[in-house]
Amino acid sequence: MHKIFIRSFVSSLVLLFTLTVAAIAKDVKAAFVYIGPTGDHGWTYQHDVGRKAVEAAGFKTTYVEGVPESADAERVLRQLANSGHDIIFTTSFGYMNPTNKVAKEFPNVKFEHATGYKREHANVSTYAARFYEGRTILGTIAGTMTKSNVIGYVASFPIPEVIRGINSFTLAAQKVNPNIKTKIVWAFTWYDPGKEAEAAKALIDQGADVIAQHTDSTAIVQMAEKAGVYAFGQASDMDKFAPKAVLTSVENNWGPYYVDRVKAVANGTWNQKDTWHGIGDGMVVISDLDSQMPADLRSKVKKLQADLASGKVHSFTGPIYDQKGNLMVAEGKTADDGMLAGMMTYVKGVEGDIPK
Amino acid sequence: MIKIVKRDQPSRAIFFFTPVLAIFLTLVAGGLIFFILGFKPFEALKFFFIVPIADKYGFSELLLKATPLCLIAIGLSFCFKSNNWNIGAEGQLTFGAIVSGGVALLFYEQEGFYILPIVILAGAIGGMLYASIPAILKTYFNTNEILVSLMLVYVSKLILDYLVVGPWSNPEGFNFPETRQFSDSAKLPLLFEGLRIHAGIFLALAAVVISWFVFYKTYLGFQMKVSGFSLKTAKYAGYKGKKMIILVFLISGACAGLAGVGEITGPIGQLHREISPDYGFTAIIVAFLGRLHPVGIIFASLVVAITYLGAETAQIFMQIPKYTGQVFQGMILFFLLASDYLLFFKFKFIGSKK
Repeated sequence: MHKIFIRSFVSSLVLLFTLTVAAIAKDVKAAFVYIGPTGDHGWTYQHDVGRKAVEAAGFKTTYVEGVPESADAERVLRQLANSGHDIIFTTSFGYMNPTNKVAKEFPNVKFEHATGYKREHANVSTYAARFYEGRTILGTIAGTMTKSNVIGYVASFPIPEVIRGINSFTLAAQKVNPNIKTKIVWAFTWYDPGKEAEAAKALIDQGADVIAQHTDSTAIVQMAEKAGVYAFGQASDMDKFAPKAVLTSVENNWGPYYVDRVKAVANGTWNQKDTWHGIGDGMVVISDLDSQMPADLRSKVKKLQADLASGKVHSFTGPIYDQKGNLMVAEGKTADDGMLAGMMTYVKGVEGDIPK
Repeated sequence: MIKIVKRDQPSRAIFFFTPVLAIFLTLVAGGLIFFILGFKPFEALKFFFIVPIADKYGFSELLLKATPLCLIAIGLSFCFKSNNWNIGAEGQLTFGAIVSGGVALLFYEQEGFYILPIVILAGAIGGMLYASIPAILKTYFNTNEILVSLMLVYVSKLILDYLVVGPWSNPEGFNFPETRQFSDSAKLPLLFEGLRIHAGIFLALAAVVISWFVFYKTYLGFQMKVSGFSLKTAKYAGYKGKKMIILVFLISGACAGLAGVGEITGPIGQLHREISPDYGFTAIIVAFLGRLHPVGIIFASLVVAITYLGAETAQIFMQIPKYTGQVFQGMILFFLLASDYLLFFKFKFIGSKK
């Protein structure tokens, strides 16, 4: 009697559980937290394009824009977790600690933090894109197109992500043109049109005729258009802002990943991981190549793109030397992810020192 | 016929009534904006002003948000009452946070009851030091304190940037712009388990009580008031103007510095680039909305704090752009300044007889 009672109790519990799971799986709600306005045509804009892909896949989404990385982030996250969202994407590095803190309180909600490294709880994943692969393409184009052999590069903050980009860009440019020099100006901002334009101007004044950027506004490509030099779009296709200057753009394409992760929550297959996708997985996309580029360069770039996607070519293939001439990666070897994640030295050919 | 007539004396009743009027007009105009944007106005206002504080957690968040605003606004009221236009509270907050954060990092992974008081004191001193720059330049070199204090805001943010990117960045943090997390002994204790409201609220309340006492019960308060009405009168009365200018700036800087301490040793727990969503500037609205009166400032800080929370809730539940929160803050100040007209003028109904 006793046993039967327990058995029926347990089986009804199981039934209840499956019903609940089924009910949740039907309408998964995803939330997105943005650092900037959705209309910035850069970082946040592209994340919102990804959110729209999730909507198009049939899921409900919510977003909060302009959330400062101050004490406010934690409140927004807690409110989203509390109001029936099953998965929350936090799309700026500064949300790392609040994300992990709130994740601890809501073990049933999944958290996905972009560009961070902390996964303190089982319900926190991190994701980032191998933008350096895109910069290998840009470096190849810049090295071919430059006449002054001086290439300008507006950088944001001296963190591995940005150093890696500078190195990848410079290595690719050197491969097609051993005489190039990469000049860096640190803007110490991700988004400040005024500062970015000034930085670009300083580089153009120093003789740079191709400008690359690791900041998010369209100010740099617009400055390049005015000065009659080449530039590359960042995060989104910036061709329409500077049709003559922009040769191509590296686009951040988050949509496929977002749809994938939200579906995983719906299917109950979501698990913690650290994702780092590149051109091959479609997280990094190269925009249309400008017709000002010679045809053979365009076909070369197309081939490079395919080889990076298939893994035949790696952005960091030895021999690679640092500024002082020390060997960083031996001939025939490629840099592993651990080395890439902590990269804090310039390769040979980059001018100046990393600010400390 | 209605005629506009100048009042013999500014009306005291109107003086305290206009902030309420301004808030009311803001609600009406806000509802109208929501309507034009295609949202149901009453529902939107409900999500803006009621839903965010409908539970215990929401209410604690309101107090958490109002604490720095109240603290800074109290400090600013010392300056504004005495005709000193300190616009740089944000810089004083940042510099206070830098000094106190630096001290907190010195005590990294250490324990002791004496750590927190030192950290708090360091923040107040940092704010005072930073506020003393515009004060000294004004008293001895006759510079414009509005410009100097404002420009120093940007300087303080650059110093903070430099420190968190460079020498103070977390050695295990992959060079990302942030320091280590402070040890628990360097953090303000939480008042309730599960809520973020911390002991910093007592600093704000103490500032309210002290400012009330100074304004209305001391000779200094009287001097400030006279200087506020007329600098010449203050001079004829023989008040030591320079000393007072420096004193009010120091008080104001200490309050802003303490607000910075509250943020970094409270909910944030470390230094990074973005420690304040411009509390130092928003507190200027709070100070005026509260009529530079300690009790008024308490209410004003709550009203302004809710515009932050409401903007988040309205976006989450109704997809209203979050930047409407800033529109509300702007409208409150606009309507307050506009309705101040009633302080000095009144409408008079005149019969149509000859």
